[in-house]
Amino acid sequence: MSQTLTGQLDKTQALARKLQAERRRSVKKLLGKAPLAVIVGLLLVVVIYPLVWLLQSSFKTTVEFATQPTWALPKGFAWQNYVQAWNSGMATYFLNSILAVFPSLLLILAISVSAAFALEVMTWRLRNPVLLLFLAGIMVPLQLVLLPLFTIYFQASLIDTRWALIITYTAFGLPLSVFLMAGFFKSVPREVMEAAVLDGASIYKVFYRVALPMVANGLVTIALVQFFFLWNDLLFTLTFISSDSNRTIQTGLLNFTGQYGQVDWGPTFAAISLAVIPTLILYLVLNQQVIKGLASGSLKG
Amino acid sequence: MELLLRDRRAILTFIGPALLVYTLVVLVPIVWSLVYTLFEGNVIAGFQFVGLHNFALLVRDPAFWQSVAFTLKYAFFVTIGQVGVGLLLALLYVFYLRNASGLVRTLIFFPVILPTVAVAQMYSKLFEIAPQLGLVNSLLQAVHLDGWVQPWLGQGGTAFIVLVIMDIWRSMGFYAVLLYAGLIDVPSEMLEAARVDGASGFRLVRSVVLPLMTPILFSSLIFSINGTLKVFDSVLALTNGGPGQATTPLTLLMYNTAFSNGQYGYGSTIAFALAFMCLIVTLVIFRSARRNVA
Repeated sequence: MSQTLTGQLDKTQALARKLQAERRRSVKKLLGKAPLAVIVGLLLVVVIYPLVWLLQSSFKTTVEFATQPTWALPKGFAWQNYVQAWNSGMATYFLNSILAVFPSLLLILAISVSAAFALEVMTWRLRNPVLLLFLAGIMVPLQLVLLPLFTIYFQASLIDTRWALIITYTAFGLPLSVFLMAGFFKSVPREVMEAAVLDGASIYKVFYRVALPMVANGLVTIALVQFFFLWNDLLFTLTFISSDSNRTIQTGLLNFTGQYGQVDWGPTFAAISLAVIPTLILYLVLNQQVIKGLASGSLKG
Repeated sequence: MELLLRDRRAILTFIGPALLVYTLVVLVPIVWSLVYTLFEGNVIAGFQFVGLHNFALLVRDPAFWQSVAFTLKYAFFVTIGQVGVGLLLALLYVFYLRNASGLVRTLIFFPVILPTVAVAQMYSKLFEIAPQLGLVNSLLQAVHLDGWVQPWLGQGGTAFIVLVIMDIWRSMGFYAVLLYAGLIDVPSEMLEAARVDGASGFRLVRSVVLPLMTPILFSSLIFSINGTLKVFDSVLALTNGGPGQATTPLTLLMYNTAFSNGQYGYGSTIAFALAFMCLIVTLVIFRSARRNVA
């Protein structure tokens, strides 16, 4: 009886010791991880805090800027900053960006998906050279085409219209889109298309009814990637757009901060935030596709 | 099936629009630009044939060489920074955060998609000195480093540093994801084998991981250097080339030459010099990559 009891006791003590040792080990492990946690924490502060600072500053009044330290939280929500930014031009810039970017996106998708179908699915002699020709476009410095394009648009009276932007965006969206799209078509099984042909479908029907639905994901990826490129474009809108009422969000923002940046910090921060918010929302919703799309777009280039 | 896929008219219908737009808006202007290098003038004042005069001008132009120097310096530091920090981040993701790295990866990638102009405006506010101190100067003052409080963007040297920091900040998440994708492709049996052989930490990275990652490292380098040699947006929005000419890359020099001074011919010549530089640098990296792999 007493023997079994001592045996029991021993067992419990051993278990307790073991537990203690384990806890000590896990504490040690946790301590070992502490520097790492600090590094990751610092990293996130460096990446995220400037943006938090930007957003919080956009809600401050002029008095707060003058009297409070710059890292202080805003006292209230000074929405009038946003109202002022929106009414002194940002609304127009937004609309202009939307009207230039979305038609271009549609054109890029329509043209590149059919070109990629011809290049990847159909058989003809020059298809490799043509694919290479499109690929070369990824490497060309945009400065090389700026002056001839300006001359063409000037002669055609397209300078300072959104057509100049739409045409340029569409053409320069093609190389990457055609290339990525060809990759998506490669992964569509041939048998599916062959079956459609045996059913008596024409090549256009095969494209439209069979191949297109199978690369729908690819279309979304390309639309996303190109959206960021076009929305963030500065060079082309700077070159082809001259009047304030036709400016897009990027040149508009440059102009806005040039005008108000020195004095009116509140509206300036609000304007910068306004420019950031659409991309922010898109990223919050679709971040995994965005990351994958942008990464795949570059490596092949 | 074969017959259907060889249908010439269908091929033309599918590829035609793309080829037409691409040729007219991208290919023709490239050739046209080459012709411009032999002329002087602009679209409003008219053009005049000057032969190789623009090239002679280029070689003797101190502003050009200053821009070349700046472009190379910028490309060097930012490329090393982007790929270097990206690599460190990728190692952090794979070896320390492991499966928990998703959120960190997503957060650090975030600046990549922000408009460059907005980021640059934000940075110019971060480093502001007047009329109010920006965040950086305020922090320096708070920790009593008043001597460091300075007009960061008003001096060539510090403006360069801010520019480099900004562009690394903007893109490190992108290179981290690229290299992360390369890293998780390294077979885990190989890492295990190396660990059994006693390699760990720095040695493991240096002699096992890096050699296996060479191809993706070199493509990242080529991609990065081609981007940084063509830097335009961030410079224009942050410093506009200043103070003076201190932070003017070739792209901005070309832009100002063509559109502020109306010298299309000379502008095109600078653009070609830039294209040539990109080609040379890419080829050099390419060759050293091949030697490295062999």
